[in-house]
Amino acid sequence: MGNVKSVYNALKFLGATPTIVDTPSKVDGDKIIIPGVGAFGEGMNKLRRFIPKLERSLDSGIPLLGICLGLEVFFEVSEESPNVDGWRLMGGRVEKIRTALRLPHIGWNSIEIKKKTCPLFKDVKEGYVYFIHSYHAVPDEDVIVATTQHGCEITAGVWKSNIYGTQFHPEKSGILGLKILKNFLEV
Amino acid sequence: MLCRRIIPCLDCDLAFPDGRVVKGIEFKQIKYAGIPWQLAAKYYEDGADEIVFLDITASKDKRETMFHVIEKTSENVFVPLTVGGGIRSVQDARKVFNAGADKVSINTAAIKNPIIVNKLARYFGSQACVVAIDAKRRYVKDAEGKTVIKTIQGTCWFECSIYGGRTFTGIDAIRWAIEVEKRGAGEILLTSMDRDGGKDGYDIPLTEAVSERVRIPVIASGGCGVLAHIHEVFQRTKVSAALAASIFHYETHSIKEVKEFLAERNQRIR
Repeated sequence: MGNVKSVYNALKFLGATPTIVDTPSKVDGDKIIIPGVGAFGEGMNKLRRFIPKLERSLDSGIPLLGICLGLEVFFEVSEESPNVDGWRLMGGRVEKIRTALRLPHIGWNSIEIKKKTCPLFKDVKEGYVYFIHSYHAVPDEDVIVATTQHGCEITAGVWKSNIYGTQFHPEKSGILGLKILKNFLEV
Repeated sequence: MLCRRIIPCLDCDLAFPDGRVVKGIEFKQIKYAGIPWQLAAKYYEDGADEIVFLDITASKDKRETMFHVIEKTSENVFVPLTVGGGIRSVQDARKVFNAGADKVSINTAAIKNPIIVNKLARYFGSQACVVAIDAKRRYVKDAEGKTVIKTIQGTCWFECSIYGGRTFTGIDAIRWAIEVEKRGAGEILLTSMDRDGGKDGYDIPLTEAVSERVRIPVIASGGCGVLAHIHEVFQRTKVSAALAASIFHYETHSIKEVKEFLAERNQRIR
C-alpha cells in the first residue's frame, strides 16, 4: 500500500531492522506498521487478506501504527470509497475534509497534542509535521490524540490501546517525525 | 495553518556514475553544481521542506542511475522527495516510487497522453501526482481561445512547452492547469520559461493567474535570484510553495537564511 520504502528507510535510520512483507504468513515482528498512500478502496482491498493475521497480533498485544491511509482503514467506512468496508478497529467514519482552503491538504502543519499521555508524543513539543491527504477520520469514540487546523479541525493522530495512527507522515516530517517513529519503536 | 514551503530543485545530468546537479539558464546553458544525493542531504539538514529531482537527461539507458540517486537520497533525507523527467507510464512511475520517491512530476507525458494523469491519480493517489507546466509568454493583442493576461510588458497568453523546453505545443498553460486538476493532479509545478535562470524574480502574473484558478497547491518556479523574490511571490500570489535552484546551489543563500528572512517578514514557515 503506497510507498513503504520511505518508512523502511526511516526505521533503518533509527536503528530498527524492518522487514517489508507481501504475504500474511510473513507478518512477524514485535511492531507492525501499515504505511499508506492512495485510495481507501484499493488500500482496504489489498489489506483485507492480512486482517486475520494482524488481528491475532493485536490480540497478543503487539503495537500497530497506521500512517495516513494506514490510519484511515482503522475506521468503519470512508467517503472516498463508500462501498468498501473498513477494518472497524475504531468507531467512526473517514470524511472528505470540509474546508474553504486548498485541497489536498499538502505541506507542513502544526499539530496540537490533545492527549499528552499518548506514548507517540512522549517528549515531543508541538511543531510542524508533513501532511498530504484530502480525507480524515471523524471518530465517534474518544481516540483523538492530536489535531491540526486547515480551515477546520483535522484529526492528526488516534490511539486506542495498542493501536496507533497518524494522519501525517512521520517518515517525511524531519527530526520531529523521526522522534515520533522512535517513540513508537519504544512503546 | 499550513506553512509555505521552500523547495530546492536539483536538475540532474545522469551521464556521470553518481549523476551531477546542473543549472540551466532559460533551459539552455549548463553549469555544474554537485552530486545529487550529497546536495539533497545538505538541503534536508538545512531545513528544506521538500526536495525535487529533475532528470534532465531523461534517456532510457540512464534510468538506472536515477534509481540509484533516489535510493541513496531517500536513505538519509526525511522530507518528501519528488522526481520528474522521462516518466512516460504508470510502470515508470512505479519504479520511481519503489526507489524511494514520494511523488512523481510529469510534463511531456501528460501533454502527449493526458489520461496518464488520471491513471497516476487512480493508482498512486492524487497526492503522488504532480503535473509540471513549463510556460512561455506569447505577446499578442488578440489570441483566440487563449487565456489572455495583462502584464507590465504587455498583454500575453502562456504557451506550454515539452521536452525540456525544446518543443512548443500551442496549448494554453492556464487552461491546461485547470484540466489537470480535473484529471486528478495533486499539485502543479509551474515554471516560467521566460524567468528561468534569469534571477529577476518569479513571473507574478503567470503564478497569480494559475494559483487563482485551481484549488490544488501550486509551486512557483523559475527566476529566483534573491531572498526578496520568494517573499514577493508569497505576498502577491496564492502559491503554496516556492522552488529555487541556483540561489542554493551556488551558496548565494542557504535555506536557513531564506526561512529567517521570511520569518522576520511574518511569513508562516517551518
